[in-house]
Amino acid sequence: MTSSVTEIRRALAAGEFSSVEITQDYLARIAQHNPALNCFISVTDDIALAQARAADAALARGKAGALTGVPLAHKDLFCTDGVKTSCGSRILDNFIAPYDATVIENFRRDGAVMLGKTNMDEFAMGSSNENSWYGSVANPWNTAHVPGGSSGGSAAAVAAGLAPGATGTDTGGSIRQPAALCGVTGIKPTYGRVSRYGMIAYGSSLDQGGPFARSAEDCALLLQTMSGFDRRDSTSAEQAVPDYCGALGKGIEGLKIGLPKEYFAEGLDDSIATVIETAVAELRKLGAEIKDISLPNTSLSIPTYYVIAMAECSSNLSRFDGVRFGYRCDNPVDLEDLYKRSRGEGFGAEVKRRIMIGTYALSAGYYDAYYLKAQQLRRMIKQDFQQAFDSVDLILGPTTPETAFKLGAKTDDPVSMYLQDIYTISLNLAGLPGMSLPAGFIDGLPVGMQLIGNYFDEAVLLNAAHSYQQVSDWHLQTPEAFK
Amino acid sequence: MSEWESVIGLEIHAQLATRSKIFSGASTAFGAAPNTQACAVDLGLPGVLPVLNREAVTMAIRFGVAIDAEIDHHSVFARKNYFYPDLPKGYQISQYELPIVGKGHLYISPAEGELKEVGITRAHLEEDAGKSIHDQFPEQSAIDLNRAGTPLLEIVSEPDMRSAKEAVAYARKIHSLVRYLEICDGNMQEGSFRCDANVSVRRKGEQKLGTRAELKNINSFRFLERAINIEIERQIDLIEDGGSVVQETRLYDSERDETRSMRSKEEANDYRYFPDPDLLPVAITDEDIAHIRASLPELPEQKKQRYIDELGLSDYNAELLTANRETASYFETALAEIPEQNAQLANWILGDLAGALNKANLDIADSPITPQMLAQLISRISDDTISGKIAKEVFEAMWHGKGDADGIIEARGLKQITDSGAIESLIDAVIAANPEQVEQFRAGKDKVLGFFVGQVMKQSQGKANPGQVNAILREKLKP
Repeated sequence: MTSSVTEIRRALAAGEFSSVEITQDYLARIAQHNPALNCFISVTDDIALAQARAADAALARGKAGALTGVPLAHKDLFCTDGVKTSCGSRILDNFIAPYDATVIENFRRDGAVMLGKTNMDEFAMGSSNENSWYGSVANPWNTAHVPGGSSGGSAAAVAAGLAPGATGTDTGGSIRQPAALCGVTGIKPTYGRVSRYGMIAYGSSLDQGGPFARSAEDCALLLQTMSGFDRRDSTSAEQAVPDYCGALGKGIEGLKIGLPKEYFAEGLDDSIATVIETAVAELRKLGAEIKDISLPNTSLSIPTYYVIAMAECSSNLSRFDGVRFGYRCDNPVDLEDLYKRSRGEGFGAEVKRRIMIGTYALSAGYYDAYYLKAQQLRRMIKQDFQQAFDSVDLILGPTTPETAFKLGAKTDDPVSMYLQDIYTISLNLAGLPGMSLPAGFIDGLPVGMQLIGNYFDEAVLLNAAHSYQQVSDWHLQTPEAFK
Repeated sequence: MSEWESVIGLEIHAQLATRSKIFSGASTAFGAAPNTQACAVDLGLPGVLPVLNREAVTMAIRFGVAIDAEIDHHSVFARKNYFYPDLPKGYQISQYELPIVGKGHLYISPAEGELKEVGITRAHLEEDAGKSIHDQFPEQSAIDLNRAGTPLLEIVSEPDMRSAKEAVAYARKIHSLVRYLEICDGNMQEGSFRCDANVSVRRKGEQKLGTRAELKNINSFRFLERAINIEIERQIDLIEDGGSVVQETRLYDSERDETRSMRSKEEANDYRYFPDPDLLPVAITDEDIAHIRASLPELPEQKKQRYIDELGLSDYNAELLTANRETASYFETALAEIPEQNAQLANWILGDLAGALNKANLDIADSPITPQMLAQLISRISDDTISGKIAKEVFEAMWHGKGDADGIIEARGLKQITDSGAIESLIDAVIAANPEQVEQFRAGKDKVLGFFVGQVMKQSQGKANPGQVNAILREKLKP
């Protein structure tokens, strides 16, 4: 089943099938394939079918919203009223969110149907989805390989056709990297474009929600619903949301695309470089002007990111203390024991590692050397991009340095795992939008191409990606086992 | 004792009188059932975000303008990280670098005629924590998060105070100011106004500050003075016995009248302050500040100066009348009725009324004698309807709810006798009854006049006009 969001909308409007029917189809596919893939932490059959029935009624009355009746999956980091919201962690295994995240509210408003909550690296910390309390997720293209992370469940679900679209969040590449590794399209918008209210925080100054789908066109539809100012999130942008779908199809004649030399340097798999160069040639044929550019501080982005993200998470995760909600250890003898064991038993190893490093970076005597220094570097990285955008409209490069690696291949080497994010992470530091779209395959595994836009230029990104997808079919490929 | 000097600085937490919390829409009203005024944001649920209540910023700026402080164009909220069950997020949103209110100052008057400048280092906004309750359930502690997220203005003074008395004068000044500004209700019992004192001692002449202890849990001005004094004594004794003060937090126990160690510096938290990424820096324009400045009420200092310059009140009376907003407002309401009698009015308010209020432990705002009633009483003295002495009786009656001055004078027949015929006949009777004293007076014993005045007043039940009695007596007693 390769239905897209666009196709489902059309068919629902035309009465070719009902929302209940398509929802049941997806639920059946989830039941069939999820045991092998482990994409979903929760499947919300009852809610899905109730929403689908309501959607059918709305469609019958001619009261359809932008996504009425379209089934979608949500990363288990978005709070969903009355539904377990685990964030991939044991510490929230018993947490039923009492409210909806703004993003979830927006999807409800526009009539979408929720199939379930997808697996993820615990608290969005990871690049392989191996850090989940609920177990790792398999890559639909080769189940011995990782789907990427942290939004691995969403990316794999879309790739395997268990949902036509899904939400994710991206703190250092958590939408783009799994999109690349699973051969789907994903966009991380400009920081502030999508409300963070109800998104369980990892690195607050970096986190941003965004969609996964089969195409840029589908992403445009989903992003339209997700975006907008939210007075409950002080960091959300009070800026009008353009018509993303309306921006598609304009072509890229004369669009100036920059290739940062640092993104094609040592560390990049040669065959990936070849795939990207081929895609660049296609874009040139479509009329894009290709330019070489430089982002000189790229190599600083990983250490900068890890200081800032870990510092923020060390504080963000303090509320998980066993006192008001979530996991509490058995028989605590006193307050300190309650804290230590609830957190010690509730959090996984990677989360603990990041909390400890972040705590250290903020400690008296180290703050200047780490956190403050990282903030300075963050400004330099941002300036690199600002200078680059003086001469180009878009920046292009690989999304990841390699294709999906084998499950377990990097679990003992956190630094090598962190390097997976080398091309994605600097955008989060700068707050820029970026997307990943399929550009080819190597040994049966997808390769992602990353497009980076200027602030609030999501429409430019989506249009460029759409133009490429009009002349390529990488995004239409489906893994054999899930056809 | 005299070779020692104490050095005191205060940290005052004033709860701002906003209707909703500083980062959520929940109500700040006091006394609701536990956890009924705590929304998802106050509970620190996963995924929630703070949104700044701009009213709290305005109130902080009002304070800043009133103490002539530097107010930066941008201000930053920071997270103060520590674990405690009544701190839902595991961090308190406070300010570290770039507080709303920078350096300022004010003047205190610790004793009549003394004026002392006290520096204010900074004042910053922060959210309050919830409350842990340890005495309601056996073996368990309970948490009430109604207070969590209530806006506080933490006002940090320079270590400029040299005695408990000065510290109290400063605390009272701030208390008065925040109430004048209508940014805090000042209720110390409910915890809306809390003082922590940093206390150290050093030998006189010494430049270096001694090691300080921070005193907490002080909920009245009386306890503030007491806690500081016993802490000063404790530190001096300790040093004189060859020991040394350790930097620590000490709790004042008013029942045992002692301070005791709560936590030492070694156990102190490293709060790992960093700018809160969930909140944008607060932008404050010159326009905002000018607008707030223009909206300020007349402040105590200005009022006091006006009372001295325009009303001719003494420095001392002006200070006392302006010490709090309610007293000044009482004074001004009454003064509107009797603009010419400001000195008498001041004396009545600061004398009889203050005494009665004090005795009954009442605030002036709750006085049974309204400003209008007091003004009427004073005008009856000045128009010679009653004497000052009778006025005290009328005051007493008014205090006990017997009506207003005119009604009481009428009902009790207290109107002064000013008819000289009536007075003369009283005098004649007294002279006739006391021939011996008449002889004494005529022999030059002037003092005896007082005896006659007293007798006449007694006969008139205090109602005869004392001036007239004097004059007529002198005339009649002439040899």
